[in-house]
Amino acid sequence: MLKQIEGSKAVADAVAACRPQVICAYPISPQTHIVEGLSVLVKNGTLENCEFINVESEFAAMSVAIGASATGARTYTATASQGLLYMVEAVYNASGFGLPIVMTVANRAIGAPINIWNDHSDSMSQRDSGWLQLYAETNQEAADLHVQAFKIAEELSLPVMVCMDGFILTHAYERVDVPEQSHVDRFLPAYIPRQTLDPVNPVSIGAMVGPETFTEVKYMAHMKNRLALDVIPKVAADFQKAFGRSSGGLVRGYKLEGAQTVVIALGSVLGTIKDVVDEMVAAEIKIGVLGIIAFRPFPTQAVRKALAHAKRVIVLEKAFQVGIGGIVIENIRHALRGTGVKDYTVIAGLGGRPITKDSLRNFFNAACSDQVDELTFLDLDQALAESEILREAVK
Amino acid sequence: MSTTPIKFYQVGSFAIGNRLLPAQDRAIQSDPNRTNALTSGHRACQGCGEALGARYALDAAMRATNEKIIVVNATGCLEVFSTPYPESSWRLAWLHSLFGNAPAVATGVAAALKAQAKNDIRVIGQGGDGATVDIGFGALSGMFERNDDVLYICYDNEAYMNTGVQRSGATPPAARTATTQAVGTNPGNLFGQGKNLPRIAMAHEIPYVATATVADLRDLEAKVTRAMSFRGARYIHVLVPCPLGWGSESCDTIKIARLATQSGLFPVFEAESGEVTSSTSIRKIVSVEEYLKLQTRYAHLFSPTRRDDVIDHLQAIADKNIARYNLISEGSAHL
Amino acid sequence: MEYPFAITLSANSSLANHTGSWRVEKPEYVHRMPPCNNACPAGENIQNWLYIAEDGSYEAAWRALIIDNPFPAIMGRVCYHPCESVCNRAELDEAVGINSIERFLGDHAIEKGWTIPAPRVESGFKVLVIGAGPAGLSTAYHLRSMGHSVRVRDATPAPGGMMRYGIPKYRLPREVLDAEINRIKEMGVVFEMNTRVDDVHDALDEGYSAVFLAIGAQLSKRAYIPASESARILDAIKVLHEVEDGSQPLLGRKVVVYGGGNTAMDVARTAKRLGAEEAIIVYRRTRDKAPANDQEITEAIEEGILVKWLSTVKHVDEKKLHIEKMELDENGFPQPTGEFETLEADSLILALGQEVDFSLLGNSADLDTKDGVMPVDATMMTSHPGIFAGGDMIPAERTVTTSIGAGKKAARNIDAWLRKKAYEKIENNDIVTFDQLNTWYYTDAPHIVRERLEASRRAKDFSEVVKGLNESNALYEARRCLSCGNCFECDNCFGVCPENAIIKLGPGKGFEINLDYCKGCGICVAECPSSSIIMVPDK
Repeated sequence: MLKQIEGSKAVADAVAACRPQVICAYPISPQTHIVEGLSVLVKNGTLENCEFINVESEFAAMSVAIGASATGARTYTATASQGLLYMVEAVYNASGFGLPIVMTVANRAIGAPINIWNDHSDSMSQRDSGWLQLYAETNQEAADLHVQAFKIAEELSLPVMVCMDGFILTHAYERVDVPEQSHVDRFLPAYIPRQTLDPVNPVSIGAMVGPETFTEVKYMAHMKNRLALDVIPKVAADFQKAFGRSSGGLVRGYKLEGAQTVVIALGSVLGTIKDVVDEMVAAEIKIGVLGIIAFRPFPTQAVRKALAHAKRVIVLEKAFQVGIGGIVIENIRHALRGTGVKDYTVIAGLGGRPITKDSLRNFFNAACSDQVDELTFLDLDQALAESEILREAVK
Repeated sequence: MSTTPIKFYQVGSFAIGNRLLPAQDRAIQSDPNRTNALTSGHRACQGCGEALGARYALDAAMRATNEKIIVVNATGCLEVFSTPYPESSWRLAWLHSLFGNAPAVATGVAAALKAQAKNDIRVIGQGGDGATVDIGFGALSGMFERNDDVLYICYDNEAYMNTGVQRSGATPPAARTATTQAVGTNPGNLFGQGKNLPRIAMAHEIPYVATATVADLRDLEAKVTRAMSFRGARYIHVLVPCPLGWGSESCDTIKIARLATQSGLFPVFEAESGEVTSSTSIRKIVSVEEYLKLQTRYAHLFSPTRRDDVIDHLQAIADKNIARYNLISEGSAHL
Repeated sequence: MEYPFAITLSANSSLANHTGSWRVEKPEYVHRMPPCNNACPAGENIQNWLYIAEDGSYEAAWRALIIDNPFPAIMGRVCYHPCESVCNRAELDEAVGINSIERFLGDHAIEKGWTIPAPRVESGFKVLVIGAGPAGLSTAYHLRSMGHSVRVRDATPAPGGMMRYGIPKYRLPREVLDAEINRIKEMGVVFEMNTRVDDVHDALDEGYSAVFLAIGAQLSKRAYIPASESARILDAIKVLHEVEDGSQPLLGRKVVVYGGGNTAMDVARTAKRLGAEEAIIVYRRTRDKAPANDQEITEAIEEGILVKWLSTVKHVDEKKLHIEKMELDENGFPQPTGEFETLEADSLILALGQEVDFSLLGNSADLDTKDGVMPVDATMMTSHPGIFAGGDMIPAERTVTTSIGAGKKAARNIDAWLRKKAYEKIENNDIVTFDQLNTWYYTDAPHIVRERLEASRRAKDFSEVVKGLNESNALYEARRCLSCGNCFECDNCFGVCPENAIIKLGPGKGFEINLDYCKGCGICVAECPSSSIIMVPDK
């Protein structure tokens, strides 16, 4: 049903339609509206047979999720930023156990300096955690991805992080076709856990594994994670059949045909990028866009295929690896190994800095004529930074 | 007192069994068909108090719940020695997640059971003192505050034994650990407030809080059984001597636990909704020295120079417990 | 269910890990010697029959008891119970009232009419027992149990020896004595009373393969005491014998008994019961040096008998006697003080101990004697092959219980001798001491005091002074036993093992160590209340 609705509310409704049995919540901006929405749905009886637990920390939130999921409950939580980092130990634990928990990350910067606004530093820091990561471009996709996420997670018995840009999506009111309960019920079967804590058939979950077997366990986790590259497109296709719209999948190309330059990005910024690219294509610049929805596992083959005709790529990232540069670019280079495609990285939108069409247009145009550095911080106040670096160096 | 002493036969109810008592009056541990929640082949040190305490407590819980329990275990000795791949010593549904999150994981298990209407299955969280009073403290307090339907059992051996005997928030004053060495003018752990988790648990006004030791099995079993009769958050703090960390003989594990109670250093009591409802009287009172001298972690109090000041300080702690919990009754005998 | 590799494990799978390999010492269940058993002159397995009695299996307990001693009802009255003196429980609170439980079992057996079956197989050997006192009866009983044909000869009209002719009825009612002796008769032992044996060798000629001599020590020791001719001086043993025969010895209103042994107490108390207004015991040393059992002294004093400690009789006249006060020297020996006192006395009864009357053996005098007793070898055999001896006539403590023990020992050796085998006693000197017990586990349970007849009523007749226990307090008392050195299935080992390495075999079957898992921590040993597990080196 189409509604003018806040992104967080749309996600809350979509999650509720998935009938989670345990939801644990700890407040952190900009995720709070999602769990607030869910708390109402549980409290007012819309979402039945669900335990909504207000925990004392994000570490507890993920821990409660682990316990609940291991006991056979469909489990959901949401977090962001510092909260994600606070639960990291448990995040790794959940994936290590193969628990199909679905968690929303309302992407937000990481301090210090403390900053509540959007970038991708939080979820990017968990790219090696063993979770699947899906990035939503719009609130419609955010809502849809949650429905798909439960199906993917439970089919693979792996946890899934659905990443949506904080404030930009979570707090934005848009028209969203919120998945309806009856459709979701048809699409998403009841959760059959791969393993569960059951006194009748007791197992010991969480053994200590030593050097003689640890590598094998980790290799198996890697291989299992890669299985999602088949499952994610399949679930997206199923979703399209069930709901009549395209959402999710591994990557999504835009105006790639004939494009010599391809801009690659994740999340909501793709919308702005597409606007700019539309203008540039209208000006007969051969440029297209590749949105990455599934960042983990990384869809190497899909990316390589999508970029088969590109001469150059521009990777726009909302996070970076301090001391070296872009994160996503490393993954793209892996996909493009041996192709000789030129690449440029642009770090943009850190801590909520607006990414304007003007800035993008200028940068893309420059990049198309190879007039940019390999690594660029978009709209950086170079003078300020340099003078401060100098001042600190003098001390 | 949670148990009614049986004045019958030569051992009454002090010993574990008693061939002349009807089966229901014997300790659960005396049952040849007991569940052995923690089975043979585990890799605990010789004379491990924690292995004993865990089996005692969980067998009692299994009995109380018709064997329908799920146990969540914090990282620590108990976890490591029971489940090194490829062998598990548990005979119940068991989950180990992390060091600091056992109470929260247990909450999750309880929530999942409730959501699935499996109300007959009960949840136990357990961990050592490090997991309980230090790293998992926040999670435990949260579990208490929400009154989640979990019995949490702390097996307190008064230091981080698994990592090599480092000080924890439950390490008693003057005790030598790897991080509170017996050197300098104030050897061993410093005197401070300590972190008295049973009292902190009581401050949450949860339905049931109790302390126990491996030296009084009947009491421990009765407390676990009683704990399982409540819904909501419950806490049992069990003193489990560690021969390795305490520097005691492996055969003296139970004796030392007994001396801890009989000296007053470890008060045995139970509380409901924040109020102490009973305490176990000292039967044969001993000085703290009787307890201390069996453990090399206190050796520096006796040699090379005797530290009467420190021993007196420890005695004062015991005396305070005795007064606070009314541990001396008419039947208490001085040895 | 599909379990994740390595991270999820099957329950109970650690049984594959045999931690027994860590062990350098292992526990072992043992049977150690409880101090009571060790102290029992009759060699009773006290701990064992107490253990059986603890669950109310009185007949089984009684049958276990009579393996060693056929006279529990008698023992429960006349034994001075050295077992209780060494009982480890005394250090905890008070000794277990073993004697009272023994009496309960004995009385219970009489009440229920339990009998001892005749042996199933007859050995074909004939043995003659000379003397129907405790040693003779005990030997006869044991030999009969072993299948031998036994005949007992005694000069007195009724069997019992000193139990009948020395111990007064108020301590040992005759129906009890008769009941327990009768049981031996019913086993097929033949009693030939009023029969003196003049020559032991004749017995061997009569076809007896062995002879056991137990003629006792019935001759009163005579001290030289200057006395006027009219002084009435009697012999304690004779007085007691006469009382038993039903004749009334003339003792007078005021009776003085000289001596400090049990016979002195018995005769003084008997004198009171015969009507003496005053009975005074004169003894040359102090109470703590007196050979009489302290309880007997107490009872005598309770009954109004006066005792002149540290006094000797110097001269006896008609109706009075002169005594001299003594004092102890630094070595504790009494020395005369020169201080004298006069006591009114119609008679003086001497109770200064007894000697063996070898004249009773008549022509058997070729058997070796030494220092007034007959020496025997380690097998209780005299200097003559096939002739054994025991009881008061051999060098030993002269108590009923010691004699019964000697009888058992003699019977075993006679049996071995008859069958031309050697009897080898299994020595167990591993006596359990109090500090080896873990007394924490025993409940606090004070001893039950046996009810006694009121002192004022006692001296009126020969009613039994000490009352027995009833079933419920006998049970309570039995359960006070600490079971020193022997498992009583308290399940402590089974419960305290951190490895679950103790296997409980079921009621009465005890426990076994599962060495696959035992790490040798020793907690089972430390927490065993009764010290019946020990650690031994392993590998």
